[in-house]
Amino acid sequence: MLQIEGLTRRFGAKTAVDGVSLAIAPGQMVGVIGRSGAGKSTLLRMINRLTDPSEGSVRFQGTDVTALRGQALRDWRMRCAMIFQQFNLVQRLDVLTNVLVGRLNRRPLLSSLLRMFTAEERAMALAALDRFDLAETALQRADTLSGGQQQRVAIARALLQEPRIILADEPIASLDPRNARTVMDALRGVNRDGITVLVNLHDLTTARDYCDRIVALNAGRVVFDGPPETLTAQRIREVYGVSEAEFAEEAAAAVGAPPPRQAVPA
Amino acid sequence: MSHGAAYATGLPAVIRGEEAFLAARRAKRAQALLGLAILLGCLVAAAWVSEAHPATLWAGLPRIGEYFARILPELRWGALFASAETEGSLAFWLYRLPEWAWLILETANMAALATLMGSAFALVFAFPAARNIAPSGIVYQATRRFLEALRTVPEIVYALIFVWAFGIGPLAGILAIALHSAGANGKLFAEAIENADLRPWEAVRASGGSWAMGCRYAILPQVLPNLISYVLLRFEVNIRSASVIGFVGAGGVGEELYKVISFNYYEEISAIALLIILTVACVDLLSERLRHAAIGRLEAAR
Repeated sequence: MLQIEGLTRRFGAKTAVDGVSLAIAPGQMVGVIGRSGAGKSTLLRMINRLTDPSEGSVRFQGTDVTALRGQALRDWRMRCAMIFQQFNLVQRLDVLTNVLVGRLNRRPLLSSLLRMFTAEERAMALAALDRFDLAETALQRADTLSGGQQQRVAIARALLQEPRIILADEPIASLDPRNARTVMDALRGVNRDGITVLVNLHDLTTARDYCDRIVALNAGRVVFDGPPETLTAQRIREVYGVSEAEFAEEAAAAVGAPPPRQAVPA
Repeated sequence: MSHGAAYATGLPAVIRGEEAFLAARRAKRAQALLGLAILLGCLVAAAWVSEAHPATLWAGLPRIGEYFARILPELRWGALFASAETEGSLAFWLYRLPEWAWLILETANMAALATLMGSAFALVFAFPAARNIAPSGIVYQATRRFLEALRTVPEIVYALIFVWAFGIGPLAGILAIALHSAGANGKLFAEAIENADLRPWEAVRASGGSWAMGCRYAILPQVLPNLISYVLLRFEVNIRSASVIGFVGAGGVGEELYKVISFNYYEEISAIALLIILTVACVDLLSERLRHAAIGRLEAAR
């Protein structure tokens, strides 16, 4: 159980995340939606501790994650993998090594600095790549892959961490619709294996299609939390004061994604 | 007058524009003149303080020419390729070529070793000295200042200290050049790291990798071609340094050069100078090629 309690983050005078409290059951797939600057990214980064909270706490199975330091913090990050909008692969390294980055926390420093991994780890990495039909690309440089392929490599990297949670920050915002679907399918797939997934999404339709639960943020606060079917167009208007189409357009523009498909007027 | 062209149009906007242009040009010219005057004043003051009197320069100039005339070998066309016994032959001029060649080889080896040692040292210190990934502000400031101190002290001063400590010989020279290279390359390496893309760094850290692992996996692959190019450039510089560091007994061809200069063995001065210039030119050409190859790989990756 991931327990978020009054989590707040201020940047100067601006409050990015404002007293967010959430309880996330193991194995849930949670979509976090909101307009640009709603604090989605900051929320996810605070859970992984890439950003430190100003107030509040994150607890995982009784451990206060917000208080962790040094090796304990790195162990937490390993169990709580992160997926980024821009994939964040090492472009000049081969795909296999990029995936093996997920094992670094378990490796002794010296052998990791020499890029030495065990045969078991290589097999694990290749199996993870194969799961997403990328085993053939293992020895290519990461920058030779398409965006959708790179994001799936990033998911394979996350899997090698053997995480309990995957935090995905706008994983499909830089992808075309077809690649977006393969990446979301991949995330849903690993979620079915029992990994909790928190995913920031700009696209409401995707959130409704893939998630068990949707959390909507506005100005750093939780303004909706429930199953996707209860997040109707009417609720969107109540919560954000704009129509669903306007919301979708705005959110897509904010992350630089292609504008959403417009419903054809009857 | 040609300025009149604007007035001739009779349009107020054109006239105003022309007047503004003229005023701006006057201001710019006055500024340039003032700057030039200040620069000239500074130059004169600097020359006066450092006793660089033009009269001395004027009187000394012909003597430079005279010196060059003296160190030039007396070669005779007829005997150019005769044996070392014949005056006026190339072999007579370069009669100690085998010894000098050996000394120059030693010099190049000193430079190579010093470059490698210094750059390895620089690599270790460059990561904490890069603002974007330094573990803390204190570590950043400390390593930056340390590298600064290393490169501020001239090689020849290090060499004097090491000759005193380790005795006369190449070891003192190698260490001296290595220390200076560490400081100089450490700064360049750190700046290359500061230009690296931090997204992979974030990913390595977010997956539980330590700071050192982040350096190894996220940063090093990005900056390596850059670093190689800096190391080669440093090697060129160090070849020159190694040629003169022998003046204080720190090994290499410099010791021999110092000797022949002090004893006024004029023709040998030119012989050694020629050999050094040839070596430096060869190394420059070679390393330039390698450097461009490294940079080419960097560009291809983008």
